[in-house]
Amino acid sequence: MSDTLPLSIVNNRRLEKWLRFQPDRTLRLAVGKVELGQGNVTALAQIAADELDLDLDRITVLSGDTQDAPDEGQTTSSQSIEVSGRSVRLITAEFRARVLDRLAQRLNCSPGEITVEDGAFRRGDAPTGHDYWSFTAAEDFARDIEGNATPKPPSAYRVVGQPIPRRDLPAKITGAAFIHDMVRPDMLHARVLRQPGRGATLASLNEAAVRRAGGGAFRILRLGNFVAFVGPDETVVQSAAVAAPLHARWENVPHLTPDMQEAAWLVGQQSNDRLLYDETPPVATGTVVQASYSRPYIAHASMAPSCALAEFRNGRLEVWSHTQGVYPLRASLANVLGMQPDNITVRHAHGAGCYGHNGADDVAVDAAVIAREIPLHCIRVQWRREEEFGFEPLGSAMHVTVRAALDDGGKPLDWTTEIWSATHVQRPSTGGNMLTHEALPTPPPDPRPGDPPEAAGGGGTRNGLPLYDFPAKRIVHHLVLRPPVRTSALRGLGALPNVFALECFMDELAEQAGVDPVRYRLSLLSDLRARRLIENVAERCDWASRGPAGSGRGVGLGWARYKNKAAYAAVAVEVEVEQEVRVRRAWCAADAGLVINPDGARNQLEGGIVQAISMTLKEQMRLDAEGRTSLDWDAYPILRFSEVPEISTELVHAPDLPTLGMGECTFGPTAAAIGNAVAHALGTRIRDMPLTRERIAAALLA
Amino acid sequence: MSIDFIVNGNQITIQARETTPLLDVLRNELDLKGARYGCGLEQCGSCMVLVDGEPVYACSREVGTVAGRRISTIEGLGGTHPLQQAFLEEQAGQCAYCLSGIIMSAKALLDSNQAPTRADIVAALDKHLCRCGAHPRILRAVEKAAAALREGATR
Repeated sequence: MSDTLPLSIVNNRRLEKWLRFQPDRTLRLAVGKVELGQGNVTALAQIAADELDLDLDRITVLSGDTQDAPDEGQTTSSQSIEVSGRSVRLITAEFRARVLDRLAQRLNCSPGEITVEDGAFRRGDAPTGHDYWSFTAAEDFARDIEGNATPKPPSAYRVVGQPIPRRDLPAKITGAAFIHDMVRPDMLHARVLRQPGRGATLASLNEAAVRRAGGGAFRILRLGNFVAFVGPDETVVQSAAVAAPLHARWENVPHLTPDMQEAAWLVGQQSNDRLLYDETPPVATGTVVQASYSRPYIAHASMAPSCALAEFRNGRLEVWSHTQGVYPLRASLANVLGMQPDNITVRHAHGAGCYGHNGADDVAVDAAVIAREIPLHCIRVQWRREEEFGFEPLGSAMHVTVRAALDDGGKPLDWTTEIWSATHVQRPSTGGNMLTHEALPTPPPDPRPGDPPEAAGGGGTRNGLPLYDFPAKRIVHHLVLRPPVRTSALRGLGALPNVFALECFMDELAEQAGVDPVRYRLSLLSDLRARRLIENVAERCDWASRGPAGSGRGVGLGWARYKNKAAYAAVAVEVEVEQEVRVRRAWCAADAGLVINPDGARNQLEGGIVQAISMTLKEQMRLDAEGRTSLDWDAYPILRFSEVPEISTELVHAPDLPTLGMGECTFGPTAAAIGNAVAHALGTRIRDMPLTRERIAAALLA
Repeated sequence: MSIDFIVNGNQITIQARETTPLLDVLRNELDLKGARYGCGLEQCGSCMVLVDGEPVYACSREVGTVAGRRISTIEGLGGTHPLQQAFLEEQAGQCAYCLSGIIMSAKALLDSNQAPTRADIVAALDKHLCRCGAHPRILRAVEKAAAALREGATR
């Protein structure tokens, strides 16, 4: 059994890491996955409530704490419910079974005669006078979890499957709730003058001018090429930081060229190259067709600039962060500061949605570095808006060429997806560097580019392999070694550009074969779960009457199974294209197996659709010789209320199938549906995202 | 200098430079954390508060200009306002960083228009950004709150 244990249990075998029955008749469930606005903590409590037959209100959740919660790595890749949820279910089922066995022995009955009602044990109709809390002294919480208990069947669930409201939301719409709002004793505010690029050196800083701009008392802390402004008045240090770049002269600043901002630049750059899946040579006979698609660099663009608090006293460091992973951040801090991890505590505090690896970890290092220089104070660092856009890791640009050899009926005999991309995961644990570290007197070696393995869903290759029934299919992956900007994980990694390429190319092949795109897909797809979603969405969007191409109104469809192993989603959209694209309506069907919280799941589907529309139509980080130039919301526009379509979502009911991570499943299908709908509306295809006014004009003139 | 104004019904006197952003005064002097820093550029709406009933970006509004005025923040809604109830009923948010500003703009709208159309609501909220994509739920929540307020008024 233990060889199939979820990683979360393998890495945290002690029961006491997870469960603590408290004297006030509550259960504290501790988990390593953190709330990022996706509702996972509420869903994990639902799972525990059902397995233990405990009222949901009796369960408090501690999430993300290196002192008191298990190490579940990063909160990424739609794994919270799939992996952490499975772990919580196994752990709570095991605890319940052990306690009931013990009680049955004491009562000289079989465990099957005992029922649990809000944590209290009954035998038949009679109370036994015992509950979970009366067994906590006798139970050995220091033992290892075995992981072999049999959880309840889904038919017995009462809390799982219910649209339970999010636990964290009430505080967030009444007042203080975020890390940004925390106030600690002896708190000092800090802002940072950022090194403009790796290797840049600060030749001079006119400190007098910066002090004048600050207009109040603050300290200027300088460590190599790291400069911080620290003082009791946030307004003062903010003013100093706004002025500082004007009074700083840097040397050895990396020089960029404008062509680097486009995905096409990646082709031909030095890269690590791999051939994946079918290693036979591509079929070169018959009709071979190909097309290239692209997506530029994009930003996470969190609503809140990153923030962290850190305190250093008596050789110990305590850090509050909205990181996705408190333990990996602790390891990074230990590395940068040369400290023992045991002397560092990292606690998660709520931030704005991050959608991947943004500035959260970097700002925590800022705060920690300053705190060590200025001990016995709480150092609060908050990035500025232009700092967030200017220095957060970006989602890599991608250039994707799809090539197929067709049979006489226009169906692929052989398929190759060739992908050019920089790395999609550049965390310290995977060869990346913390921003602050590079500015310190002893900077780390250059980052080593890497990507998640295919078994974890890949990075640039994510969803690059089509799930259609083609006789041969392969990926050629060029991991570009020296991109012009720092890249790392952004929701879905390569899934959005790859699904855009694959599903747009399927429409192009269907058109070439003279077959309706939905019928064409279904003729090449034996996966019944996928077929059901495509048929569902096609019916709801009235696909059959979508009309001829080129009318200015278009309907398009795309689907994917996220990571080729998580949740399925199909999305159809209706667009109107005049000078620009407007998505009027979107229909989505998703299959995530057993859904823990259907309202939370729908919220993820809807949010994913809106965010993917924004990225597909609007978003690009622009570069010039100096670096990034899209440093505010005017230069980096995202979708607005007036541009959001009517969205209809449907979750396929599949409670007997394992839960599939679904937080990112609508991303690729939405982009593809838009690409196909715009082609239908225009009668000509745009293959490069974002689908802007300029690209529409160019396509129509071509 | 000394500046007097009213926040959520309370008379306040603070000592501050008149150029200090209202947002910094609310957050750091008055411990009202509901208005949030997002951009400092009047582009995102996370900092929105009401000054004499009108939505105002607190990030760039100098505190000297609000002397003698009435300021409302999300804290003044008390947690049980029909807008807050409707946002919870619709679970109208993901990360929720943008919501306090959005709710204040919605309050300004509903204070002046008891029966807004969907287009009215979109127009009132279009200056706000939400990155999580909770827009459809937010629009539904404002409609629901408007209906609840109308019902309350006729009861």
